Amino acid sequence: MTTTANTSALEFDCDTGNYHTFCPISCVAWLYQKIEDSFFLVIGTKTCGYFLQNAMGVMIFAEPRYAMAELEEGDISAKLNDYEELKRLCLQIKRDRNPSVIVWIGTCTTEIIKTDLEGIAPKLEGEIGIPIVVARANGLDYAFTQGEDTVLAAMAQRCPTEEPATPAVEPEKQERNGIGKLLSLGRKTEAAAPDEAPAADEYYDHTPLILFGSVPNPVVTQLNLELKKQGVKVSGWLPENRYTDLPVIKEGYFASGVNPFLSRTASTLMRRKKAKVIGAPFPIGPDGTRAWVEKICSVLDIEPKGLDEREAKIWESVEDYVSLIRGKSVYFMGDNLLEIAMARFLIRCGMTVPEIGIPYMDKRFQGAELQFLERTCEEMGVPKPKITEKPDNYNQIQRILEIEPDLVITGMAHANPLEARGINTKWSVEFTFAQIHGFGNTRDILELVTRPLRRNSNLKELGWDKLVKEDAKV
Amino acid sequence: MKLAYWMYAGPAHIGTLRIASSFKNVHAIMHAPLGDDYFNVMRSMLSRERDFTPVTTSVVDRHVLARGSQEKVVDNITRKDKEESPDLIVLTPTCTSSILQEDLANFVERAQIDADGDVMLADVNHYRANELQAADRTLQQIVDFYLKKAAKQGDLPEGKTEQPSVNIIGITTLGFHNNHDITELKRLMADLGITVNAVIPEGASVHELKNLPKAWFNLIPYREIGSMTAEYLLREHDMPYVDITPMGVVETARCIRAIQKILNERGVDANYDQFIDDQTRFASQAAWFSRSIDCQNLTGKRCVVFGDNTHAAALTKILSREMGLKVVLAGTYCKYDDAWFRNQVDGYCDEVLVSEDNGAIADKIAQLEPAAIFGTQMERHVGKRLNIPCGVIAAPIHVQNFPVGYRPFLGYEGANQVVDLIYNSFTLGMEDHLLEIFGGHDTKEAITQTLSADADLSWTTDGLKELKRVPGFVRGKVKRNTEKFAREQGHTEITAEVMYAAKEAVGA
Repeated sequence: MTTTANTSALEFDCDTGNYHTFCPISCVAWLYQKIEDSFFLVIGTKTCGYFLQNAMGVMIFAEPRYAMAELEEGDISAKLNDYEELKRLCLQIKRDRNPSVIVWIGTCTTEIIKTDLEGIAPKLEGEIGIPIVVARANGLDYAFTQGEDTVLAAMAQRCPTEEPATPAVEPEKQERNGIGKLLSLGRKTEAAAPDEAPAADEYYDHTPLILFGSVPNPVVTQLNLELKKQGVKVSGWLPENRYTDLPVIKEGYFASGVNPFLSRTASTLMRRKKAKVIGAPFPIGPDGTRAWVEKICSVLDIEPKGLDEREAKIWESVEDYVSLIRGKSVYFMGDNLLEIAMARFLIRCGMTVPEIGIPYMDKRFQGAELQFLERTCEEMGVPKPKITEKPDNYNQIQRILEIEPDLVITGMAHANPLEARGINTKWSVEFTFAQIHGFGNTRDILELVTRPLRRNSNLKELGWDKLVKEDAKV
Repeated sequence: MKLAYWMYAGPAHIGTLRIASSFKNVHAIMHAPLGDDYFNVMRSMLSRERDFTPVTTSVVDRHVLARGSQEKVVDNITRKDKEESPDLIVLTPTCTSSILQEDLANFVERAQIDADGDVMLADVNHYRANELQAADRTLQQIVDFYLKKAAKQGDLPEGKTEQPSVNIIGITTLGFHNNHDITELKRLMADLGITVNAVIPEGASVHELKNLPKAWFNLIPYREIGSMTAEYLLREHDMPYVDITPMGVVETARCIRAIQKILNERGVDANYDQFIDDQTRFASQAAWFSRSIDCQNLTGKRCVVFGDNTHAAALTKILSREMGLKVVLAGTYCKYDDAWFRNQVDGYCDEVLVSEDNGAIADKIAQLEPAAIFGTQMERHVGKRLNIPCGVIAAPIHVQNFPVGYRPFLGYEGANQVVDLIYNSFTLGMEDHLLEIFGGHDTKEAITQTLSADADLSWTTDGLKELKRVPGFVRGKVKRNTEKFAREQGHTEITAEVMYAAKEAVGA
């Protein structure tokens, strides 16, 4: 990483870890949609399956490319042979769906009974002819979005290190082969005058850059275009829309994460692929996006242009929403690791943040974001929030009822009970599924954040804000 | 290993949690890894609970794996005991904790020493019981615990109530329309002159459990939850029970007659014939409906029924016996209790299917092509794919199956509701067919043209690709706003860049 974490002034705390979050296997819900030729097989019990079908709701009915390998008593007591069982199921999947990759999601149960998924996968892969990627996204070790991290870390190792033998690239196909194009185009762009943006398909000659993190395709396009404005070429994404299109990652390539929960992926890229991970704040909110672009540019030795006006224009365009939350307080109970970046953005919007709960705090990977948070607090003249790692929901609720924040960002288990006690809430899960990255999605984040406030101010006159009889006893 | 996409009944611990959190002031502590507490989400979201779900987790993490839970479970129990002073804490094992094979019973014993409330370990095998079986078992376990405790303390009330009285057993949180059914059942008991001695577990306090034997009999409205408790009370306290689900006009009458028999045996001269006749012919609309010409149109229509034992069996009987429809297939996912189901629907359907495999049911429906399906949310989606209307009659269910309005399935009002459900499914189906035959409501082309049809703008391939990614219901708006923006800015071509610039500028 190119920056060192130095975040002394923030107060960090660690509680009991008794908090509500989604199980990390939930990442299959968005990853199977993102990686179109994949099939996710969750090797676990009824408990895992029931969680997925309830948490994923409707998505599940659309013939998803995921299934449970439901363990039975014979599997637990090793009466059945894991290898044979998995082979049977994977052949069935191959026959019915013919995916380009099968991702095995290891669960708590496979951890406890020590199923050697990493050992079985390569053998089976050879036998059935489909790549098998193993990710141990279990609730013993990880929370919610960290599931994606374990999958991407496993996938990073499958990224090719060499160009595939190019099957005679046709001229109209050149767009697909980003790197080839990049290498040939490099010289040309250098001639461009430094203070005017490079023309449509011109980029500076820089070391290839890979972005990592699974975001919806429109966000991919937006972030690619954002960097293109600076003459920065994105050579590939981890993950791409298809497993077969995983980007080439060679030693010395740059990589940048777009989400705060990707620390394992970052270290895999550094250690195993010898890539250089750019430590930047995350492109969430216009301030974050700008800082992210600037950091990438600075690492690539490019002078960024026009970001001042661009950021100012975005702020101007969302002033109607910002004015609703300015001066209000927001409390993060913590469950998806987006909390630091979100809090930083909301502080920039003029909110105060008494506490940021977060499941896990990687001070190295989030170093730049933490510094940015600190700086934002100083610039906005607000007290620095306390960061509570592994929060205890019971204790948090006591604090919430005491300080009565204007908004609590929390999981669905607590949202309705808090609303009934007159506390505005926003479900944190929505930030995981909404498009929140880049300049263009600023309004979308604020749309979510302000929704409870707008809704409840509509209802304010009715005198219905407290809807439980007894004193708020939890 | 079994390849599974969907499951009908949840894992065992869900059943235990449903029972524990139905009681007042009972707290459940799950011995489970992080993320297994989604029961709280379900309860808070589906049934829109105002209160915090009284379930917490004693988290099983790496340390627990390495060294065992040690003091953790005991500490969590005693902590919860201090924080909320529950009457009872139910330690709930999960699939993870059952393979760890820790001595949870020992933790319970140790925690009991310090705790003011009672502490109990749910006795459920995760690899053998499902949600429903576990719920049935846990309810019995709690009842047994408190009756034995009262007996030991000499606290068990003697004798019966003066007036005929009943315990209604098996009403739970997250149960399909249970909250409406209980209102209807209470009303029915009031009409019959029977006092409700207790309703368990929903809303009950464990301190009331010792009064259960004071009732004259027990009523078990649902096959899945409560039967074990009823058997237990019969065995230990000689209490008769009625387990006929009062769903549909005929079954409601049968249930009332069974109650009458019990009361008569206890020396009460109860005769409900007049009441049944009045309700059936005049108060309820269901009997009249089946006689009306609307229902005539449904005669012989083919339908498929699938659900839990209680609802699938009752609906099969209503469709076939009370409305003259043809049930080509009746099925249940309660495999562990299939003999009961087969016996119930015998003679009311062509074929019986007992399976937990959603694919098998979907295939069967596709093959039979019924005019309507009555099933769970999963069958509703099968129906969507096949264009067959579906009425939802059993769990698994969505938030839309927790209606705010009064929608019982039981009793005479329940019979009315079921009629609406059935009839509405069919009219929708007919409407659909007519539309198809005549080619839709509105075949004029002008309607489908958008503002941009005659525009001076062109969309590039990448622009169109991005546009296609916008969800369908807002795509038209995004398209119009983008084009308006492009025109204002003097673009003639709309690329992805222009589209996102428009989004930033006008929120398109």
